[in-house]
Amino acid sequence: MTAATATENRYRRILHSIHIPPVYFFLILVFFAGGSLDQILADGQIFSNPAIMLNIVVRSVALGIIAVGQSLVIIGASIDLSVAYTISITAVMSSYIMQGDTANVPMAIVSVFAIGAAIGLVNGVTITKFKVNPFIATLGTSLIIKGIINATFSNYTGSVPKSFEFFGYGTIGSLPVSIIILLIIVAAGWFLLARTKFGAHLYGVGGNAEVARLSGVRTDRVLIGAHVICSMTAVLAGLFLVSQMRSGAPWVGPNGVYDLNSIATTVIGGIALSGGKGGVWSTLGGVLIFGVLETVFNQLGVNPYLKTVLQGIIIVLAVASYTIRSKKEAA
Amino acid sequence: MADEIDDIKPKSAEVVQPTVEVQHISKRFPGVVALDDVSLQFFPGEIHAVVGENGAGKSTLMKILSGAYTPDSGTIYLSGEKVSFSHPKEAQMKGVSIIYQEFNLLPERTVAHNIFLGREPSTLGTLDTRKLNKQAVEVLKEIGVEKMISPTAFVSSLSVAEQQLVEIAKAISFKAKVLIMDEPTAALTYTEVNLLNDLVSRLKQKGMSIIFISHRLKEVFDIAEKITVLKDGKFIKTVNKKDVVPADVVYLMVGRTLDHYFPPLGKPEDFGEVVLKVKNASNQILSDISFELRRGEVLGIAGLQGSGRTELAQSLFGVVPFKSGTLELHGKAIAVKSPFKAIKNKMGFVTEDRKSEGIAPRQPIRDNMLLTVRAVRALFGMISKDGIGKSRKLVPMLGKQVDIRTDSFDREAQYLSGGNQQKVVLAKWLASDANVFIFDEPTRGIDVESKASIHDMIRALTKKGTAVLMISSELPEIIGMSDRVIVMSERRIAGELPAKTSEQEIMLMAIGHAKSTNPGLTTSVGEV
Repeated sequence: MTAATATENRYRRILHSIHIPPVYFFLILVFFAGGSLDQILADGQIFSNPAIMLNIVVRSVALGIIAVGQSLVIIGASIDLSVAYTISITAVMSSYIMQGDTANVPMAIVSVFAIGAAIGLVNGVTITKFKVNPFIATLGTSLIIKGIINATFSNYTGSVPKSFEFFGYGTIGSLPVSIIILLIIVAAGWFLLARTKFGAHLYGVGGNAEVARLSGVRTDRVLIGAHVICSMTAVLAGLFLVSQMRSGAPWVGPNGVYDLNSIATTVIGGIALSGGKGGVWSTLGGVLIFGVLETVFNQLGVNPYLKTVLQGIIIVLAVASYTIRSKKEAA
Repeated sequence: MADEIDDIKPKSAEVVQPTVEVQHISKRFPGVVALDDVSLQFFPGEIHAVVGENGAGKSTLMKILSGAYTPDSGTIYLSGEKVSFSHPKEAQMKGVSIIYQEFNLLPERTVAHNIFLGREPSTLGTLDTRKLNKQAVEVLKEIGVEKMISPTAFVSSLSVAEQQLVEIAKAISFKAKVLIMDEPTAALTYTEVNLLNDLVSRLKQKGMSIIFISHRLKEVFDIAEKITVLKDGKFIKTVNKKDVVPADVVYLMVGRTLDHYFPPLGKPEDFGEVVLKVKNASNQILSDISFELRRGEVLGIAGLQGSGRTELAQSLFGVVPFKSGTLELHGKAIAVKSPFKAIKNKMGFVTEDRKSEGIAPRQPIRDNMLLTVRAVRALFGMISKDGIGKSRKLVPMLGKQVDIRTDSFDREAQYLSGGNQQKVVLAKWLASDANVFIFDEPTRGIDVESKASIHDMIRALTKKGTAVLMISSELPEIIGMSDRVIVMSERRIAGELPAKTSEQEIMLMAIGHAKSTNPGLTTSVGEV
């Protein structure tokens, strides 16, 4: 058994090291399906236009940033439903504080990140210390924020200075700043998960909290940390969106369905809701799938509800294929 | 290496201080005394097996040693120092590591990450992966498996035996002085067991104190030097392996006074034709199962934990169906592919795990009782037609039949005592008018009075012409109830014994020491 197993293990190791998340298979599939649809309906105008292609990624930036945060909490076997309203409160508060003046930008950024940290802290503490189910705890937070902003703001509030629009519209060379930010966040998420103690412990907490606890991991702190980071990503996405909209509105978060979509893309990426496995590169794949669908359907002017139907089908297909695959591996 | 060993090894028994010593340890749980004034010593460089029947107190003692339970009274000494653990972590830090029967690894993480979870080498929070893997290799080297297991392999890609080795590596990475293994071989094949035994001997030579809990006496005799027998929470005796034979240990383990009397066994005229006939049936767990069950008899299934008793019941009932062989019910060959099929064919299964498989705790007693009837008969919301009207009469009738003590059948089942819950499960199956019953541990964890009434009910069933298969780990129950006994071992049928057999005979067959009529067993023993 020894020699054979050793070779086999080495083989497995190599396989694992070049492992490409299966979600990219779905991405390619969706991409080609979109391409063929484009050929048939629009003579390939969309897929031959580099600007539109780049736009797929730009459209995915806000969702991508939050999905990284959502991935962290889901790996920790938790969930965050409050991201959409965290985006809203970020958008209206930052725009309100900035009032179109560059001098107010630092103050606005510090304030919204403080709000984000507080939201994450409340989520994390409610879940770990008061043992409230994460779904309920973050739904509660979400409703609280919703109530607060709806009572305070009813429409576009304040505005962002021209300088701040660089965040949403600027380019470095020919590359949009937003894409660079998305890549930095995904890379940071990867680093956090794969290369830090926090990441290792988060996998432990999500995989089996009791095992982690008995191994000396302070499980509560780890999960609270993940929630704070997740809320911070929502804040960042909110700042990005407000820089594009030029003024904050309370409906920006819920209108983008960022709560459910960030969970959906994470799951499409292959992270199980039960936690303990997966990574952010696969989540990026899920986000890009949504980006391709969005762009193709918008450009072709197809009924947008059909897009939602397709999104639903893809979620179910992807998750079913992962479950069947892992069952086969186990057997 | 050999010189080193001599240095560590005790020169004479008197001067060596025990690594672990427990004095007058007692622990009670509601309704049972799990440990009663137990005193024991474990020495360095010694493999010490603790044996006993189910409920003897082995696991409780180990949980106390490893800090998972705190004793009600008594003291623990570690290398002469008095200690008390409030958390397994404390015990681990002091050098007591335990490997539980069920695995405690993260399948989706690498070997190195699992071994050092919570203790990863890092600078400013950034993992030093190279050092992590290097340390893991060192630990794996310490137990001599570095060639077999890579630190970067995912635990899910390892075999059960390899996972077991990773558990051991993790345990000794805490600089363990005492290693407790709770049934470490339960899930392993023979070659894997040998591998484990080699490893344990090596750890012993390093001066570690190894405590070994096992149901398999053969294995205990292969590896342990000292054997301590516990029975009903009491210390019976510690013996040196070389002074005894397995039958001596079995004698120490079994034999006790009955806590109640069983209903009289069946008479020959009660037994009718063969109802259930299984021939050469196998699946991924069980191999070559053949037996017959007659109308009106109670066939007892005995065997050690992990011998395949419960799996036999599950296979018959279609939970894990048989893949080959034949199954005849009332002379007709059938394939039981699902519990639904089994119930349709008038089989009933009272499961071992009452909490998770037997009752729906938050449902009223009424709904629990009607569950099987409704599952098989009612389709698409026709419950009301079959249910309400009929249930008004059926439920109180069943309740009376199984003698449930409750003020209302609308009470949620979770509020009943264990004994009454079991009676609800029985009622559920009585309602299904099954004529072949499988009972898996019908009286586990319930009070004496309920036990007696459940035994009476089982006997009453056979009087009405039902055939009963009864699995039990309690030998007095097997002997008190069975008209015939089948003993299982190593996931096969080891042999059959007549009514009124002795505990000793059953145990000897169960551990593979008795002459067996089953050719399968002899070959598997021969492999060792």
